[in-house]
Amino acid sequence: MRLISARLSAKRRSPFAGLVVLLLALLLTGGVYAVVSPASADSSPTAQSTMQQGRALFLVGCASCHGKNGEGIVTDRGTQYGPPLAGVGAAAVDFQVGTGRMPLARPGVQAPQKKVVYNQQEISQLAAYVASLGPGPAVPDKSAYDTSQASNADIVKGGQFFETNCTACHNFAASGGALPGGKYAPSLHGVSNKDIYEAMLTGPQQMPVFSDQVLKPSEKRDVIAYVKSIESAPKYGGSNLGSLGPVSEGLFAWIVGIGGCVAFAIWIASSTTRSKKGVKA
Amino acid sequence: MSDSNNNPGHDVVGRGGHRPARDLATVGHGGDPIEDPGLHPHVPRPTDVDEAAEKRAERQVATLFGLSSVFAILFVVAYITLKIGDKPTLFLGYGASNVALGTTLGLALLCIGVGAIQWARKLMSDVEIVEARHPSASSETDRTEAVAALNQGITDSGIGRRPLIRNSLLGAMGTLALPLVVLLRDLGPLPEGDLSGTVWKKGMRVVNDVAGTPIKPEEVQIGQLINAEPAVFFEEENGKPKFEGSRLNQAKGKAAVIVVRMRPSDITPAKGRENWGVEGILCYSKICTHVGCPISLWEQQTHHLLCPCHQSTFDLANNGKVVFGPAARSLPQLPLMVDSEGYLVAQRDFDEPVGPSFWERGDR
Repeated sequence: MRLISARLSAKRRSPFAGLVVLLLALLLTGGVYAVVSPASADSSPTAQSTMQQGRALFLVGCASCHGKNGEGIVTDRGTQYGPPLAGVGAAAVDFQVGTGRMPLARPGVQAPQKKVVYNQQEISQLAAYVASLGPGPAVPDKSAYDTSQASNADIVKGGQFFETNCTACHNFAASGGALPGGKYAPSLHGVSNKDIYEAMLTGPQQMPVFSDQVLKPSEKRDVIAYVKSIESAPKYGGSNLGSLGPVSEGLFAWIVGIGGCVAFAIWIASSTTRSKKGVKA
Repeated sequence: MSDSNNNPGHDVVGRGGHRPARDLATVGHGGDPIEDPGLHPHVPRPTDVDEAAEKRAERQVATLFGLSSVFAILFVVAYITLKIGDKPTLFLGYGASNVALGTTLGLALLCIGVGAIQWARKLMSDVEIVEARHPSASSETDRTEAVAALNQGITDSGIGRRPLIRNSLLGAMGTLALPLVVLLRDLGPLPEGDLSGTVWKKGMRVVNDVAGTPIKPEEVQIGQLINAEPAVFFEEENGKPKFEGSRLNQAKGKAAVIVVRMRPSDITPAKGRENWGVEGILCYSKICTHVGCPISLWEQQTHHLLCPCHQSTFDLANNGKVVFGPAARSLPQLPLMVDSEGYLVAQRDFDEPVGPSFWERGDR
């Protein structure tokens, strides 16, 4: 090496020739290593660019609350302005952004479901970036939440899990319910299988986490099958008034039932039976 | 009506009574600053004066009552012929049976009601009545007589003069309560020590309810909720479950727990409870200390556990302290540890009785 550089420098008489050769050598070594070494999935050009595009989207849409590196922002009072995102995983992003809950319109106790802002490709890019911050649950495969093969036994089993773990907040018929301080558990009617699965997996907002090791993926699928079976079950008992229990039933009885009787009574009393018509005397 | 002689304001204006109502109303009210307008002159109904109208109204009422019978019979027919649950979305999403039963029974009741009102308004006697208020007390004579009769009874029986008889009678009546108490007391066995302990004991695994899956600490994530039971409910002995039927339900009603995990830095354990959790995993009774509802409404960010029955709220990061609602005692905590295979187990039974207060509990 020294011999070559000495000869080159001797011919071209350039004082930088040695440095150039050294740089070339370094580049060659690095290049060969990059080609020969086992390439990981994340460092492949497409994954890298997906993640970088995700980071670009993150800096625009999410960093104001979650911090530039997803480290979270703590307020002066010590409360979380936006929680740290390391370890929440791609599933959390897919759920929160995919249902329009994120980005939040304004800080508040509840992140309501609203119009989805990002398209599916952008959501995948954001999810790839957030997943790179720390190990977390990945977006579940379609086979994990496909309930088309669920048997009656599966649905019954799912019902038992649902009644044990979900009804306290989401109501016996999955129509949602109130929580303290303006928070609420949303209705599960019309929610896609994937969203239900991801919510159980990641525990959005106040909802607890149900990890795959404790509530197995097959058990989660049974729960989803049960929720879907409630949705499609015919209303044998007539109108269920939103399945909200005594609140809607009481309102209906007081307003429509008793109100109707009062209106009927007023109508009877307001019209007289007396008339000059046909009076002979 | 009974004291018509004493009340000059009372009178009846009937059919054909066409004298001006003013005269009748002004009697006895002469001093009023605003003149009493009195009653309107009586106007007869068509059914009062027209026999054809009367007959028509009669037929209307009878038709309504007849329709009611028809609907009642149709109800029975619908009940027998239409199967509940058959074609459950036939009419606007409701089943044929539902709609038929509701409509026929509703119309049967409505026709009786409408018929009765029609009868009262068109055919029953139609007179205006003025009835003045009168005192509700009995007359002076009646009251004096009643008091005299009572005093006479006291004197005749001599209850005041013979305290021995009076006291022994009171005693006999009091003692009669004893057979009642004994009978009621014997309606069922006392719970004895059943209320003070549960089936939890040292080394018993904490398993997920319904499935019975044992749990390792590393499988529980921060923010997780597990509705758990003691493993003994899923164990068998000689091919039969160790707990079955009502015994299982009673044991389950006391031993049900919830397992939650939060950041260890968020937890402020009370003195002596420092090692009751495993890396931020805590275990509490699932039975509310108010009236014993199962509580599992867990807000993972606030660390509050809410009872859906009466909104009692417990702070699980602060030893299950009551932060809202009617519950008077903190939620009992089950001390956890890890067994040799790495699964979550109980250190021992609860230190205090779980669930609502009871007489023998004292102030524990």
